[in-house]
Amino acid sequence: MIPFNKYYNQFNILSISLVVISLILLTFKGLNFGIDFKGGTLIELRADDKKINVSSLRDTLSQMNLGDVSVKNFGNETDFLIKFENNNDKNTITKIKNNLDKSFGNNFNFRRVENVGPKVSSELLRSGIIAISVALTLMLIYIWIRFEWQFSLGAILALFHDVIVTLGLFSLLGLEINLSIIAAVLTIVGYSMNDTVVIFDRVRENLRKYSDIKIFELTNISINETLSRTLITSITTLLALISIFLFGGEILKGFSLAMIFGVIFGTYSSIYIANTVLVRLNVSQKTVLKEEEN
Amino acid sequence: MLYFSKLRIIFITLISLFFIIIASSNLFKFNNTFLDKKINLGLDLQGGSYLLLEIDNNPLIEQKLQNFTITIRNHFKEKNIKLKNYKLTNQIISFEIDENLKQSVLDVFKDENSPINIYYPRFKTHEFEVFENENKIEVYYSKQGLVQLKTSSQDQALEIVRRRIDEIGTNEPNILKRGNDRILVELPGLDDPMRIKSLLGKTANLTFRFVSNNNNDSFGVEKLKFENDIEEANVSKRIILSGDNLLDAQPRMDSQSNETVVTFTLDRVGAKRFGKATSTGIGKQLAIVLDGKIISAPVIRDTIASGNGQITGGFTFQTATDLALLLRSGALPAPLNIIEERTVGPDLGQDSINAGIIALIIGFLLVVIFIFVKYKIFGLITNLSLILNLFFLVGILTIFEATLTLPGIAGIILTVGMAVDANVLIFERIKEELKNERNNLIAFDSGYTKSRTAILDANITTLLAAIILFFMGSGPIKGFSLTLGIGIFTTLFSVYFIARLLTVLYVSKNKEKEGLI
Repeated sequence: MIPFNKYYNQFNILSISLVVISLILLTFKGLNFGIDFKGGTLIELRADDKKINVSSLRDTLSQMNLGDVSVKNFGNETDFLIKFENNNDKNTITKIKNNLDKSFGNNFNFRRVENVGPKVSSELLRSGIIAISVALTLMLIYIWIRFEWQFSLGAILALFHDVIVTLGLFSLLGLEINLSIIAAVLTIVGYSMNDTVVIFDRVRENLRKYSDIKIFELTNISINETLSRTLITSITTLLALISIFLFGGEILKGFSLAMIFGVIFGTYSSIYIANTVLVRLNVSQKTVLKEEEN
Repeated sequence: MLYFSKLRIIFITLISLFFIIIASSNLFKFNNTFLDKKINLGLDLQGGSYLLLEIDNNPLIEQKLQNFTITIRNHFKEKNIKLKNYKLTNQIISFEIDENLKQSVLDVFKDENSPINIYYPRFKTHEFEVFENENKIEVYYSKQGLVQLKTSSQDQALEIVRRRIDEIGTNEPNILKRGNDRILVELPGLDDPMRIKSLLGKTANLTFRFVSNNNNDSFGVEKLKFENDIEEANVSKRIILSGDNLLDAQPRMDSQSNETVVTFTLDRVGAKRFGKATSTGIGKQLAIVLDGKIISAPVIRDTIASGNGQITGGFTFQTATDLALLLRSGALPAPLNIIEERTVGPDLGQDSINAGIIALIIGFLLVVIFIFVKYKIFGLITNLSLILNLFFLVGILTIFEATLTLPGIAGIILTVGMAVDANVLIFERIKEELKNERNNLIAFDSGYTKSRTAILDANITTLLAAIILFFMGSGPIKGFSLTLGIGIFTTLFSVYFIARLLTVLYVSKNKEKEGLI
């Protein structure tokens, strides 16, 4: 048996600091919102000519009064991603096309164009926030029906930990938040819950079975009993996600990265947050039996 | 948990075969119409344009209020009630009135059967609100009136948008209402949306009006610019003919001037009016105005009574074709703005499909090898059920002809990763049971039974997340939640029917063997 319970305190301190650091990052550095949530235009270009590079593209575009233009490579050396803020000119794309053709010859393929107006982006942001809040609330209700309140608190704290730390990491690394990241966060919510529930299920079963083992020991037994399942499922999920990250193309990179972080945090938190809450609340056989009498 | 009747085994086999056939119909062509179904590819995979248009109803509201002002004025003029200082600002009509007449005027507005309340008998609410402000009376659209106006302008705009897109002839466009002032247009396979965007961006309000330098024109005069934004002309506000009177419009090459023109045919009313105007106005300039700009203002040389005419204006063949198309399909009730656009070129779509399939194959192989190494013979069983799980998932998507997006493919890959969870839960439990139980059958049976609540819990939580995503998410995200959600059901089916059946068959043949798992 691995003595997970020996490090409860240390890891609790670590988690609290991670959450605090994440919250500080989110407040002061903020998130790097993509055009879905900030509005603006995104163009993915493929150049036929290898000589075209980021700086020459940037030079050409900066002469067009597009405001703050960002140009970077996207996957390949000949693929570029151009982003700029909203402007009122309806023909911007045509003008860019003409300008690029003039400067570099007819060497570009416009692979993707996205343009999100300010009204739509604020609506998307709002519905994203609503979706995450509704998901958290539903999980809370589910877990509240399913378990005693001590368990619910543990699961919810683990859930908030995972979401906050994943977003904190995105803020730290300056990774872009777009619609697919919202999908990733929601899937993380589901995954983290799933992991916690499986361990809690075992804790509750063991609480009924053994009246003489203290919760400190009992959580450790339960973690160990479910450990191989926890690891195998995390590994297969990570294998699938790593495959998406490496081979699924540039568009899915952010999504799969967020999910990879989320699965790692989710696995960690179901061991070191959810269970320690039970220990700190001194859950005993009475907690489980009382509920059943009602 | 371990018993399967013969009937059940046959049933499971048939279902599996059915889904294998359905899923493979994506690759082969079946002559049978029921089997010949295919998963639709989302715009991000097959390439195409997604446009969200918003109707700007403000000009329409102002136009309607303007008309209503005239109605009010005429109505009270007949009754010899004098209303002063008409004003229309911020979409509010205001006028002043003598104190002693005020009540009777207000009564007219409130009277459900009064001729100015034509709206009331139909909708049982007032189209306009009336508000008393000292000696002024203010009239503006009521909430109901505004909703009614928006819905009807949305209906009209949808029809016009559909006509314009049909005229261009893209394949299988999807045109839908969103809210009460938006229209969603999905154009699969469209490489360059510039032309459609420019066509949808035009209101195409066409009018024929005399150029008038006479400021005493009883309808008033307005200064309008030509298309080139440089020249200007004073044009009468009296509309001789509008786009509504057009039956047909076509681009032509004028053989005399060697210029591209748009020829048009008028309906009977239009032809009569045009004939009258051209006969009385010989020598005058007739301005052809499109969306507030003068295309051209030719001098009338002859009476045109046939109802056929042509518009010149220095067109290229492309611009003439587009103008003719716009005139044929009619004017939008109000201007449209494109507030969201997502266009994916076909080659990026193909790249995404390839990347998605490679990621799926590699992810699948990694999981399958890992599980085989970990569980050997039971790993094989898990893997077999995983393969069938994929067939079920793809089969269900095919039956409903669902739309597969790139995030949808990610959802399938994720399902592969998470689908083994249930089997792992079961096998790990069986391992534990075997520590205290020598009888293989009993250990397997209780392993299945005792792991059930955990499996259900685990899947319900993921399902909750998928459902929320489905209802809150847009476009591609919906595709992700769809495959993730369906994946949960197919996973449960393949775990409890396929994997369990195979496990039972294997265990009952090896009842006595030790260290089975």
